[in-house]
Amino acid sequence: MTALAHVPTSTGQPPGPPPPPRRGRHRLLPYLLLLPGAAWLLLFFAVPLFQLAAASLYDPSGSLATGYALTWAFGNYPDVLQAYWPQFARSFGYAGIALVLALLMGYPLAYAIAQKAGRWKNLLLVCVVAPMFTSFLVRTLAWKTILSDNGALVGLLRDVHLLGPDGRLLATPIAVILGLTYNFLPFLVLPLYASLERLDHRLLEAAGDLYASPVQTFRRVTLPLSMPGLIAGTLLFFIPATGDYINAELLGTPNEYMIGNVIDSAFLVRLDYPQGAALSFLLMAAILAVVFGYLRRAGTEEVL
Amino acid sequence: MTGMSAKTTGRDAPAGDLRLVNLTKRFGIFTAVDDLGLTIPQGSFFALLGASGCGKTTTLRMIAGLEQPTSGQVLLGDRDIARLRPYKRPVNTVFQSYALFPHLNIFENVAFGLRRRGIRSVDDEVMRMLALVQLDDFGHRRPAQLSGGQQQRVALARALINQPQVLLLDEPLGALDLKLRRQMQIELKRIQTEVGITFVHVTHDQEEAMTMADTVAVMNAGRIEQLGAPADIYEYPGTAFVANFLGQSNLLAAEAAGPAGSEVPVTAHGANFSVPADRARADRGTVYLGVRPEKLHLADSADRVPAGHQHVTGVVTDASYVGVSTQYLVRTGWGGELSAFAANSGLGGRLPVGASVVAHWDPRHAFLLPRKPGQDDDRTAGLLDEPVGASS
Amino acid sequence: MRFSRWLADRWVMGVALLVLGYLSLPIAVVAALSFNRPSSRLSYDFNEFTLDNWRQPCATSDMCDSVLRSVQIGFISTVVATVLGTLMAFALVRHRFTGRSGINLLIFLPMATPELVMGTSLLALFVSAGVPQGFWTVVIAHVMFCVSFVVVTVKARLAGMDRRLEEAAADLYAGPWQTFRLVTLPLVLPGIVAAALLAFSLSFDDFIITNFNAGTTVTFPMYVWGAAQRGIPPQVNVIGTAMFVIALLLVGLTSLRGRRSRRAALPVAPTAGRPVTSATGRRAKSPS
Repeated sequence: MTALAHVPTSTGQPPGPPPPPRRGRHRLLPYLLLLPGAAWLLLFFAVPLFQLAAASLYDPSGSLATGYALTWAFGNYPDVLQAYWPQFARSFGYAGIALVLALLMGYPLAYAIAQKAGRWKNLLLVCVVAPMFTSFLVRTLAWKTILSDNGALVGLLRDVHLLGPDGRLLATPIAVILGLTYNFLPFLVLPLYASLERLDHRLLEAAGDLYASPVQTFRRVTLPLSMPGLIAGTLLFFIPATGDYINAELLGTPNEYMIGNVIDSAFLVRLDYPQGAALSFLLMAAILAVVFGYLRRAGTEEVL
Repeated sequence: MTGMSAKTTGRDAPAGDLRLVNLTKRFGIFTAVDDLGLTIPQGSFFALLGASGCGKTTTLRMIAGLEQPTSGQVLLGDRDIARLRPYKRPVNTVFQSYALFPHLNIFENVAFGLRRRGIRSVDDEVMRMLALVQLDDFGHRRPAQLSGGQQQRVALARALINQPQVLLLDEPLGALDLKLRRQMQIELKRIQTEVGITFVHVTHDQEEAMTMADTVAVMNAGRIEQLGAPADIYEYPGTAFVANFLGQSNLLAAEAAGPAGSEVPVTAHGANFSVPADRARADRGTVYLGVRPEKLHLADSADRVPAGHQHVTGVVTDASYVGVSTQYLVRTGWGGELSAFAANSGLGGRLPVGASVVAHWDPRHAFLLPRKPGQDDDRTAGLLDEPVGASS
Repeated sequence: MRFSRWLADRWVMGVALLVLGYLSLPIAVVAALSFNRPSSRLSYDFNEFTLDNWRQPCATSDMCDSVLRSVQIGFISTVVATVLGTLMAFALVRHRFTGRSGINLLIFLPMATPELVMGTSLLALFVSAGVPQGFWTVVIAHVMFCVSFVVVTVKARLAGMDRRLEEAAADLYAGPWQTFRLVTLPLVLPGIVAAALLAFSLSFDDFIITNFNAGTTVTFPMYVWGAAQRGIPPQVNVIGTAMFVIALLLVGLTSLRGRRSRRAALPVAPTAGRPVTSATGRRAKSPS
């Protein structure tokens, strides 16, 4: 299929393969170039993960003041799972619903920019990225104003009886999910746009020529060809959305807290490191499990 | 020219011939260039011709210094330059797809080499060079704003301005369309005559090589199959590969039993033929009897065959009218196929498919080539091969 | 029939514009709130128009301190991450070496790991190693998560570059250093600049990882977080709006410059004599 999408732009002969990288003389050079960056990542990304793993197995009866002992306390894991499974479920539930909403909004948006926007393409792209020009937190706080009980939106919804006279949006799951959808939508749209942009318009015309209705053309041609962007976008949306706790904190109440809120308070308020570390590790494991399961079903592990 | 000579230390002195001695390049277990020996006379236009992967570009890159030979020498005059870094060699390259610097304008692209050698006043020389390639007014443009043919000329000017002792051209016309390519072939030839520098031209296009070069070397599998003037190679190819790479040939599997006088008698498919002894690369054992398609004439009966010609009979199975000529495919009595080109000169009618014909040739146009025992099939370039001069 | 055809052609664009509205709404609100005089500290509703917030953006001085600190951290992190990431990108694109897949994994994983996990694990490391948290631990953390993005951005640019250009430079008497300075670097520079801008914006806006590793250091996002509990000063929206406008101007300027140089370079019918002078003028400026 991709071979079809590739249309030679000149009648000439394509340039040959690039010459292979030079070898020999500077055998050490690549390692020297890699050393500082790789050392930084090892020391401040990889090693801390082991430290986190160790911390999750600390004796839970210790404290920051008295010091912790590594007692291989695997019991920490079932303990935190039992205590905080609702927040875990909420994290994945909210992120999942937000993902569905984001796909419903993001796919038409990416498609319109890539295939329909013509000379407005760049302007619309800037509009997609523009929210990221300003602070994440400030933007999230703006939703507090938009969804406020005294705001125009709630007033309107009350008038048309979609909300009861005392109905609210702020401090409900709806607000949190709306916030998650909003904050991570550009991460979904951009990769999707990139793969839809490469889609040759003539393929869609060819499908139409071969008796495919617009819906069939979408299912049989557009969707499969945008799969790499769709997969990348989905992951870029889902991973940070699951780990997010800013939206739940600013737009929700403790009833909407996600696992991130619990981890934040375990480390910074309750100073219960074993618990916090165990929760962090569980979060990472759960996300990895979902991601790999998804990639396997999507049938493309090459995205990694 | 005069402004330059003060700076270019020794560069203006005649370099002498370019000689490749036992040049070998291996990539892992793959031998790209195999014990190559070659002398390219100073001031000649030399073409390295071969299919892709035959080692011609690797040879060129070793001369340029972009590839280190596994073993062997690259001699320029008496100096071995095989171990010199590319920027230390008096050799410049016109790259395939040109490799013009996209961030520099045309003027700076052409001036690049002079500036790197510390020459300060480059204006006159650059403008003179741009005039030579007829791009006087393009100095301020960027490469992306030029057409393919113009970019090609910039690449040429950028290399030539350094007055290299050898100019290497790596498929320089490959990206141009047919008409432009013809035009540039003539132009390159003109420029080479004008500047008198040794040109080494790598190409897979046999017609391009024959049009431009004084000497053509046909390469195959890392070795030189044959070397000589284009007409000599074409009229009397040295191997079956050359016979069918440079133009097309009908090669009939035959047996020879040694020379008899000035002739070499051969038998092929039960019939007897003969070839002049001075056109036999092999005269004993298994051989190919070769005749070029345009030297194979078709007559409608045996009594129309001119005296002294040799012939086989057959049936026309295909006739393709290609304007300048008609190309016939003739099935012979033993089941083989021969290819014959008849010029559309207006003399003689066209033969219909199915007609019984006699294919005949002057033995002085035939040739004998060595054939490995066991290769018992005829080798005839079919009509479906790409037309002469077209490239992939 | 004709209407349904029209609708079929346009509905995608209609949905797209609605979604863009959804994406832009909060920014409009931030801009509006920057002109608001709130009725109380904890109110988020629009009350009364005022220019006071813009006249005195630093009325709450600790907010401006936090902005300054974020700029400092962003600057240092960007420089370090850009250098480290660019070196890695060169190694990955230009060299063969054993252990490539390991390095690729090391670069990919930080981008796929939730910030929460990176933040808490660094916290665990610093606490167990007894490193006091503050300005420099934040810089360390920011460099760590920016490096991968720099590598990916520069790598893309570098991989798209034609190796023959460097061979051509060597063929034209440029030594290795000259080739790098005159050909490689100018051609890769746009990628490096893009990577640096990305790194700065990631660093400036980061909250989660910073929150776990800042100790008592307060960056701008941390200030906003803290203020959200106590009541947000309206000047926060001034900063938010200003950031947006500056970024927008940067984007506008670069695209305008790109378009102008493209236009200036394009048609210009060549007239005899003129190129000579322009070429001479260019020569005086060119490095050599």
